[in-house]
Amino acid sequence: MTSCEYQQIDPQALPTPTPAPPPHHGNDRDKREEPKRPRRKWQVFPGKNRFYCDGRIMVARQSGVLPLTLGLIVITSGLFFIFDCPFLVKHLTSCIPVIGGGLFVFVVITLLQTSLTDPGILPRATPDEAADIEKQIDNTGNASYRPPPRTKEVLINQQVVKLKYCFSCKMFRPPRTSHCSLCDNCVERFDHHCPWVGNCVGKRNYRFFYTFIVSLSFLTAFIFGCVTTHLALRAQGGKGLVFALQESPGRYPFNHKRVLKFLSVFSLISPSSNVPMLSLTQPPTAVELVICFFSVWSILGLSGFHTYLVASNLTTNEDIKGSWSGKSGEGVTNPYSHKNIFINCCSVLCGPMPPSLIDRRGFLPTDESVQTAGAGIELPPLAAKSEINVEVKCLDFAVSCTG
Amino acid sequence: MAETHSLQDMRQQAAVAAKVFIQRDYTKGTVCQFQTKFPSELETRIDKQQFEETVQTLNNLYAEAEKLGSQSYIEGCLACLTAYTIFLCMETHYEKVLKKIAKYIQEQNDKIYAPRGLLLTDPIERGLRVIEVTIFEDRS
Repeated sequence: MTSCEYQQIDPQALPTPTPAPPPHHGNDRDKREEPKRPRRKWQVFPGKNRFYCDGRIMVARQSGVLPLTLGLIVITSGLFFIFDCPFLVKHLTSCIPVIGGGLFVFVVITLLQTSLTDPGILPRATPDEAADIEKQIDNTGNASYRPPPRTKEVLINQQVVKLKYCFSCKMFRPPRTSHCSLCDNCVERFDHHCPWVGNCVGKRNYRFFYTFIVSLSFLTAFIFGCVTTHLALRAQGGKGLVFALQESPGRYPFNHKRVLKFLSVFSLISPSSNVPMLSLTQPPTAVELVICFFSVWSILGLSGFHTYLVASNLTTNEDIKGSWSGKSGEGVTNPYSHKNIFINCCSVLCGPMPPSLIDRRGFLPTDESVQTAGAGIELPPLAAKSEINVEVKCLDFAVSCTG
Repeated sequence: MAETHSLQDMRQQAAVAAKVFIQRDYTKGTVCQFQTKFPSELETRIDKQQFEETVQTLNNLYAEAEKLGSQSYIEGCLACLTAYTIFLCMETHYEKVLKKIAKYIQEQNDKIYAPRGLLLTDPIERGLRVIEVTIFEDRS
């Protein structure tokens, strides 16, 4: 089949691929046997995503280390509730498991929402749209010549912004949209692809992601504090520094109990303390201490970084590339910022929730569903020039590397 | 929606002469707005003013959906406090406006565009990228 044949075919009736494998016929047979079960759009989705519960839940194909993230959170919190809470409830207050439980539930819910929500994927252009855009672009049409990257310039709030053409999705990407090569989708307001969460972070799930890392930093700091207090209180049971201090209350006319508790933390790091002995008697607590100690700094740092991004209405992608930092020229400012920290925060975190554009549970029109048996390959052959498809894919890879 | 589909099926039997795509207008940023420039292919079919009015009304409706006002802030804060679980039960403001838009497009198609052999496709079916105007062959 040459490219001319593709152009003459009415795009409304998609042609079936010439090598007709048995599965294609099998699907046709299924159609004839079960005419009342049209296919849903998620079943022919071209990106690298996996769908569950008949399209209600979606994840990226590479779930990354999401099971590890979930496992670490659940195990650390579980150890905390089982081994530390009883002791702390007895010696301090019963609010501790309540606060811890609330934070834990919050963290898990926001993590699942970040992972399982559509981040703002843009559906690919229909063949008609792609053909219309191709007509508007001046193209030399030479198959062996590598076409230059297609860009379009728009003026947004008196700032020149370049829109790039996406060769996979066959459209000009809207501003702040980027194509994620791991998920093979264009994502609106693309922030980054987070392996810990196993999904892209974009326009629709950025607020979930932000809430997740902020609540996680509170949770890890809380557990770290409680575990440290637990060990410190146990150290008081032995003949430690703190026990000696407690023997002479007269020297400390002010609230010496608080001071003792504060100093007890240092007793853990002094060489003469009983921490190594304590750790041997309380291995779960030691495990929690190690995990929390390493997580709290990284998560706190990440939360701080994202708070800065939210306040200046930037994405990680833009910050890393330095799109608006003025490196590329003078007078380059972020055109999307509202110039007010409060308004920026509100618009990013409390703005209206945009709908999912991919309509994964919608039904395919019956004429399309019959032809899309060879799922995932219906779009590229209908592009105007099939002979430069390989070139186009290579170029797209190069373009997606540069952003 | 079922009506539109049967209408579309009927229309597919009438030959599609051309399709015009009204692209997005990004001059105000990432908010959903469409270009109001009148495409030359529709000159013989419809009034310039009529068409521009339709697009402008759509633009206003999308601006209303994405407006940063007290209602959206209250919705956002409440959602945050409930760990965003209310999105599973409640219809958001944006979705309500999208329904209004779908109704408006249906109405415009029935009253103005269908008699002239044109069909507007709801932009949400095209990922809010374009307004697709299908021009059918003039049978007269």
